Amino acid sequence: MSNSFSIFVLPFCAGVLFLLVISVWKYWRWIRGFNKLQRATIRKNIWTWRFLPAIWEAFREGLLHWRITKKNVILGYMHRSLAFGWFLLIVVGAVQAKLAYPDGHPFWIAIFYNYFEPECNPVAFPKAMFYAHLMDALLIYVLSGLTLAMFKKVWSRPLGMKRTTRHTIMDRVAKLALWCIFPMRLLSEGATSAINGNGGFLTKALGDLIKNIGLADPAFEYSCWLLYSIALGTFFCLMPFSRYMHIFTEIFLIYFRQLGVRDNDKKTGYTMFELSACSRCGICIDGCPMNKELGIVNMQGVYMLQSVRNLELQRNAESIAENCLMCDRCVADCPVNINLSIIRRQVRIKNKVAFDEQGTYGYLRNVQPFNAIGRIAYFGGCMSHLTPGITSAMETIFDAVGQKYWYMDKEDTICCGRPLLQQGFEHQAFELRRKNTEMIVNSKATMLVTSCPICYQSFKKEYKLSIPVLHHTEYINMLIESGKLKLRHDDKRVVYHDPCELGRGCGIYDQPRNILKATSTLLKTKEEREHSLCCGFNLGNLLLDIEQQTKIRNASRDNLLAPNPDTIATACPMCKKAFQRAETVPVKDIAEIVAANILADNQ
Amino acid sequence: MNKFGFTISQGRQINFDEIKTDKVEKMLELVPSYKLCIGCGGCTAACTAAGFTDYNIRRIHTAFQRGQYNGLEEKLQRCMLCGKCLLVCPRGVNTRSLIVNMRRILANVEPVTWRPQREIKAESHEESHK
Repeated sequence: MSNSFSIFVLPFCAGVLFLLVISVWKYWRWIRGFNKLQRATIRKNIWTWRFLPAIWEAFREGLLHWRITKKNVILGYMHRSLAFGWFLLIVVGAVQAKLAYPDGHPFWIAIFYNYFEPECNPVAFPKAMFYAHLMDALLIYVLSGLTLAMFKKVWSRPLGMKRTTRHTIMDRVAKLALWCIFPMRLLSEGATSAINGNGGFLTKALGDLIKNIGLADPAFEYSCWLLYSIALGTFFCLMPFSRYMHIFTEIFLIYFRQLGVRDNDKKTGYTMFELSACSRCGICIDGCPMNKELGIVNMQGVYMLQSVRNLELQRNAESIAENCLMCDRCVADCPVNINLSIIRRQVRIKNKVAFDEQGTYGYLRNVQPFNAIGRIAYFGGCMSHLTPGITSAMETIFDAVGQKYWYMDKEDTICCGRPLLQQGFEHQAFELRRKNTEMIVNSKATMLVTSCPICYQSFKKEYKLSIPVLHHTEYINMLIESGKLKLRHDDKRVVYHDPCELGRGCGIYDQPRNILKATSTLLKTKEEREHSLCCGFNLGNLLLDIEQQTKIRNASRDNLLAPNPDTIATACPMCKKAFQRAETVPVKDIAEIVAANILADNQ
Repeated sequence: MNKFGFTISQGRQINFDEIKTDKVEKMLELVPSYKLCIGCGGCTAACTAAGFTDYNIRRIHTAFQRGQYNGLEEKLQRCMLCGKCLLVCPRGVNTRSLIVNMRRILANVEPVTWRPQREIKAESHEESHK
């Protein structure tokens, strides 16, 4: 136990101190920025057991990178080796230091252990060699990930990424510092080993090599350790201002999310956590239909967050936020589970403040609700009026099971408000929601069934209705399961297109498939469920023209036609309309297929 | 004075030489499909809002082209952006974009255009927080 301080540890210590101060300041500011609802949620749930799943998720995602591994094994290995490997290096280093210095030690000993404790004295510390070998093995683990990261920089395709993010200068410098840390550590330990003959299998071998080329020199050793310390210090100083802020922020985000905190239509402190938890990995880029079909590669989630994070790019934020189909594919792909669509909508809302006044919907005053006590309210939705097959099929189904219903928008359609909200017209959407809520509440209907996934998501998430809200696929599935509806199984081969709003938006994947299995032979497609391709005619984007939408539609159609089906089934009037225009195989809504297959002796 | 039950109506002539075309040109730049319109009125026939009130996209569209901006802003606020007009249009005019951009142009708010990638500069690290 010689001495436990040397000048070279100062850059490292300064970096750690700086990181600590800046992080605490930032987190404190963001937590203060939580809104009332979020604070109330935290207060309600903080003394519950919810921290346990949070710890598990933080371990699984922050260290093991499970979601990335599910996407691509090698990519997952790369992230895991860097995160988990480095974490273990620190933990094992700390244990090693604790064993060697039972009376306590300064915190940098754990990081620069080999320099301060080069003797490997088996008497004082019997397991020293075991730890030396273990640390070497961990270092190899990290270095293997680093090699993959360098390989990915040159050729990312084998790691499952067609495109990677274009990083900013700050991110690149921080990455360089990070990449220097581990080779420098190996070199420093090798240099120490060259003089003292300590170290595990790797450092010892490197030490012998250094000795043989005549560099066993304390000055060389010292400069290596100094450079290692500088690399660490630089990385820690850059961390709060670069993509590596995600390392700690993700843990906070996971914790708050597990406590039940959610984002809403205004930017809050929680949004700041989401913004910084983005690791800029760029996984959102590959799946995006705007990239795949149109080659537009600067509006994806990662760039959207980048432009929201800083003031100077506000103008970009506006155009980036506008140019999106809101198909939620990036939300499904994001390994950090950031709700990119909500943040995008926040930007849209913020930009529409100038002319989102009270909409002039006074003309809706005369629309009166129907007295529907004990009935189901059926809301076709605007789009279903252009596909009357769906609504008449639903009426057939209601009649077949003897269900009394109130077709609430048969004559007077009032939009659900979601298209307005998606474009950022918050107040106008609110007015429509208020009118529809008033209609439904006054009618005293017992349940709301809707045919349009856009309306469904709106009624389910944005309205606060006390009655159950069902999409018609859920409703039909319920009828089949309870035996009220008996269906004939035909010999058609169908594929099912998952509408964005129904699948990724509301998580309804199985009900439509159950129905189709009951009526026809359901074929699998390559991209389905969470990975389904947007039909391109989604109402999210105002900037695309019809040729571009058609391109996206065609890609989605080709995916559906690959297994050579007789019919394309979907559950959204908009998707139906989009595929119908392609003039290929017949496109049917699930309700239409069911209505055609009802057995005559039903009831 | 006697009231005869009829009046002399205002002249309906429009002198196209006197109309400023800057707003229409701006619109053509933002929504190129604007010029594809054949005035069939399908949008108006399908329109959700038109079922309740005299909101008429085709008429608004024509009035805008002729430089008659009076009352358009109020009328455009009646739109629910539901997108039915978009699906029925036989010419593929981006009607929703037309309506939103018309609101912006009439309110003199700078419209959003899509800017090419090279203009998106490197991130600086000023954070924004309300």
